[in-house]
Amino acid sequence: MKRSGSIQLAAAVAVALASPGCKTSEAPPGGGGAGKVTINGSGATFQKAAQEIAIEAFAKVRKDITVNYAGGGSGKGRKELADQVVDYACTDAPYKAEEAASVKGGAFFYIPNVLGAIAVSYHLGGVDKLQLSADTLAKIFQREIKQWDDPAILADNPGAKLPSAAIVVARRADGSGTTENFTRYLHEAGGGAWKLGSGSTVAWPGDTQAGNGNNGVAGIVKKTSGAIGYLDLSDAIENKLRYAAVKNQAGTYVTPDAASVTAAAEGITPDDKLLFSALNGKGVAAYPLTAQSWCMVYEKQTDKAKGEALSAWFKFLLTDGQKLLPEIDFAPVPKALADKALAQIEKIQVP
Amino acid sequence: MQLSELRGRSQNADRAFRWLAAGAAGIVLVVLALIAITMTDRARPVLGRMGLGFFTQTTWSVPTNTYGALGFLYGTLYTAVIAIAIAVPISFGVALFVTQVAPRWVRRPLVYVIDLLAVVPSVVFGLWGLLVMAPALGLQPSYLAAGIILAIMITPIITSLSREVIETTPVTDKEAAFALGATRWEMITATVWPHSKGGLVGAVMLGLGRAMGETIAATLVIGNTVHVTANPLAPGYSMPTVIANEFGEAEPLHKSALIALAVTLFLITIAVNLAATWIVQRSMRRSRGT
Repeated sequence: MKRSGSIQLAAAVAVALASPGCKTSEAPPGGGGAGKVTINGSGATFQKAAQEIAIEAFAKVRKDITVNYAGGGSGKGRKELADQVVDYACTDAPYKAEEAASVKGGAFFYIPNVLGAIAVSYHLGGVDKLQLSADTLAKIFQREIKQWDDPAILADNPGAKLPSAAIVVARRADGSGTTENFTRYLHEAGGGAWKLGSGSTVAWPGDTQAGNGNNGVAGIVKKTSGAIGYLDLSDAIENKLRYAAVKNQAGTYVTPDAASVTAAAEGITPDDKLLFSALNGKGVAAYPLTAQSWCMVYEKQTDKAKGEALSAWFKFLLTDGQKLLPEIDFAPVPKALADKALAQIEKIQVP
Repeated sequence: MQLSELRGRSQNADRAFRWLAAGAAGIVLVVLALIAITMTDRARPVLGRMGLGFFTQTTWSVPTNTYGALGFLYGTLYTAVIAIAIAVPISFGVALFVTQVAPRWVRRPLVYVIDLLAVVPSVVFGLWGLLVMAPALGLQPSYLAAGIILAIMITPIITSLSREVIETTPVTDKEAAFALGATRWEMITATVWPHSKGGLVGAVMLGLGRAMGETIAATLVIGNTVHVTANPLAPGYSMPTVIANEFGEAEPLHKSALIALAVTLFLITIAVNLAATWIVQRSMRRSRGT
């Protein structure tokens, strides 16, 4: 009995040694089966759907590379890249100054790879078109406006008939980049009407309802008549929720879709790290509640096979991968920006 | 010759065993101390900023870096109290039924099922409570809903432990009570209760610890909004749930505040346990009449 146990153990070790993850250094380019390379990423849940659809498509063109994306949140992604636990990470916000010192692997690139809209979803029988300005949104979400037929909402919707119903505000219970972007927009565009500041979570009024994740917010909006909540556009569409047109800086009410989201990032000059904000864009066609997300990768790669695989994966994300985004209600980054990001990828050093 | 050899070997084994046991005991203490020290150290930034306000304020606002934990502290204790108030009578009832009332042929399978339930992870019961029970009762997210779910989660473990404790009551004591003409209830209050009081409080404490530390199930039903009110139907918030909700996206000071919450939870659990031990010892001393 004992001997067969140790034989089994030896066999298990042998299998483990022969498994794909351990044999990365001998990967022949384009080869299948033996010598597969696995690259692991984690981070922003905002772009998890975008990562997944790209991973699926990439697996078809590069059978020798396996990409895993674990999600877990932007903060987790930044931490895990800093600790070199993952090969790449994605985040909705760059490292804070005080976090930057903890990055262990040296220089790295921010690669903007996806834009997405935060939709303002509502549940109001008989109302299939709703327009809202930042000022009104701010007052609704901090519970100053409590009725759907409030003069401020009527002023945003000339000629519309709104019911005299109570507003129920749905917001995120968990800390999230979506809340951070939404509150930053209200803070920047609300003209002083927004008093709760901006952050991954804020001190919401006590009579708001909290949902976990985008789906939690969607659930509240779906089952509560009179509800309004903010969530990623893709989740709003998936849950078949109606969503409002939001007034942008140019004064037009814009509905979120791939075109209006990409438009939000047009004409924006990113800094030399490719950091920018698509929020509250100036263009006439720009949807103002537009958020961006980056993937991050180290400039100096220590493993040849992994480094090459990462280069190929990022090139895919920025070219063919961009075309997949509208399918899942995200939007590609403007061409000029994608080109700048590709130039960064070229700088990745492989031993 | 042979005997002395044997003795020598057993002395070595004895010594090894003593070191092993002492080492294991030492590790527990070291780990506990390390947890307390490192966590408190990481909680320092927020405590330095907020001072005692951390424990006395209810405003928890990340954008303004204001961290007052009172609302979460209150929610944790309130939901735990509700959970205990519901779970303890049920658990003790079941345990007494199984050990004192049930006929023998019911006892065996029932004990088996109870012990089985106690090893099922509490989140399984929590999910059931969340998906089946809360909707069936028409409960909105609130202190009461969270309390009920927590009660469901901790009932099996309290039941199982109290059954074992009660079972240790000496049969001779029980028979003596019956011989004196005691009814079943009188027998329970006169022999089972004094004998197992300490163990029962221990079982409740273990349940309480679980209830206070429970995270995910509570997150889903507590409402995640700070309300310091006695109204059990109001939505609330508790320490473990806010940690679970906000840790992933937290910035340094925010993170420090969440760790301070964990330290507070740690201290409360220790305080509750010490208080319970003290109560038990005092009551046992009194019942012995010394």
